[in-house]
Amino acid sequence: MATEATEAAGQMAEHGAEASGMPQLDFSTFPNQIFWLLVTLVVIYLVLSRVVLPRVGSVLSERQGTITNDLAAAEELKQQAVEAEKAYNKALADARAESQKIAAEAKAEIQAELDIAIGKADAEIAAKSAEAEAAIAEIRKGSVASVKKVAADTAKEIVASMGIKADAKSVTAAVTSRMKG
Amino acid sequence: MAAEEQAESMQFHPMEQFTVEPLFGGDTIHWYTPTNVTLWMALAVLAIIGLLVLGTRKRAIVPSRTQSVAELAYGFVHSMVEDVAGKEGLKYFPYIMTLFIFIVFSNFLGLIPMSFSTTSQIAVTVVLAILVFVSVTLLGFYLHGMKFLGLFWVSAAPLPLRPVLAIIEIISYFVRPVSHSIRLAGNVMAGHAVIEVFATFAGAILIAPLAMVGIVAMFGMDVLVAFIQAYVFTILTCVYLKDALHPSH
Repeated sequence: MATEATEAAGQMAEHGAEASGMPQLDFSTFPNQIFWLLVTLVVIYLVLSRVVLPRVGSVLSERQGTITNDLAAAEELKQQAVEAEKAYNKALADARAESQKIAAEAKAEIQAELDIAIGKADAEIAAKSAEAEAAIAEIRKGSVASVKKVAADTAKEIVASMGIKADAKSVTAAVTSRMKG
Repeated sequence: MAAEEQAESMQFHPMEQFTVEPLFGGDTIHWYTPTNVTLWMALAVLAIIGLLVLGTRKRAIVPSRTQSVAELAYGFVHSMVEDVAGKEGLKYFPYIMTLFIFIVFSNFLGLIPMSFSTTSQIAVTVVLAILVFVSVTLLGFYLHGMKFLGLFWVSAAPLPLRPVLAIIEIISYFVRPVSHSIRLAGNVMAGHAVIEVFATFAGAILIAPLAMVGIVAMFGMDVLVAFIQAYVFTILTCVYLKDALHPSH
């Protein structure tokens, strides 16, 4: 405290009224302040221009680049997604068309086979029914002849049982004419 | 008793805080003597290195807090130079950044109680202002030769008025470093001196609460002033730089 006071007193004596009024106007300290200011400014300038500004500048531009790249990548991915969706829809439509085509083809094939089978079956049926008809016609013919004989025989027997002698020939003729009638 | 104490404390001079003193004793100050100016400028350099060099050490894409502040400072001055002086002004961005960072750190370090405020020294701010003035003037002549004098010849004004305006322009041009330097030192000095005065009053018991409120309020304002004056100094430098780059009106 005492040394401070003496120091202050010494300064007062040395610099007169200036030191006690505004110490800033004490010109004897100016060279000192200016020297240290210039040293400081040069140091700060070197630190800034050599280290800080390039570093911060590169970090900022790198960040800007990253953001731009990411946005571009996102845009590209979005484009790809849209394309993928398009491709998917196209594949879906193709598959649907293909399946429809295959179904139509299968249907046509089956139809053709079916037609052939039906044709064959029809032919077979026709053949069988013709055969059967022929058989029926024969049977019918046979049956008419038998009926005639049976009728003639029956009529002869009836006539004979009545006690009338009948000519076999005339009975047969009468039966035949009757049957025709 | 109280009155005597008050009178004693009142003798405490508010300007004493601005005295330049040798750090290691002795009372002669040579140009190379380490003084409190040296100390606080060195602290400013250390703080600057701490924030801007160590803070950005990681070069992170996603910045840490200190790196964000460093980037903010960079962006702040960068856009100021670009907006005021134009794209050509960006060549001088490191110099302007140096000025801004030095002033802003000195101002804020000066706000630490019991510290020494280097930017309250006329010698310091005058040298800063003269550096700006001389380099901007030389730059103007270097880039434009004698056409740089067109800065003083207001071609938009009617012919008879031009010589008068030229005189006014020349005077205002040479007043620039004066206002440029006094503004900064004056603001910082006034703020600190007023705080000191309030602190002196705080020694008197009756008005101590009021004085303390005054100290808090003034400190708040000085925080504002510390930044604003650094900003003003820097933006004026940019304006002067713009005049050197584009002297025609």
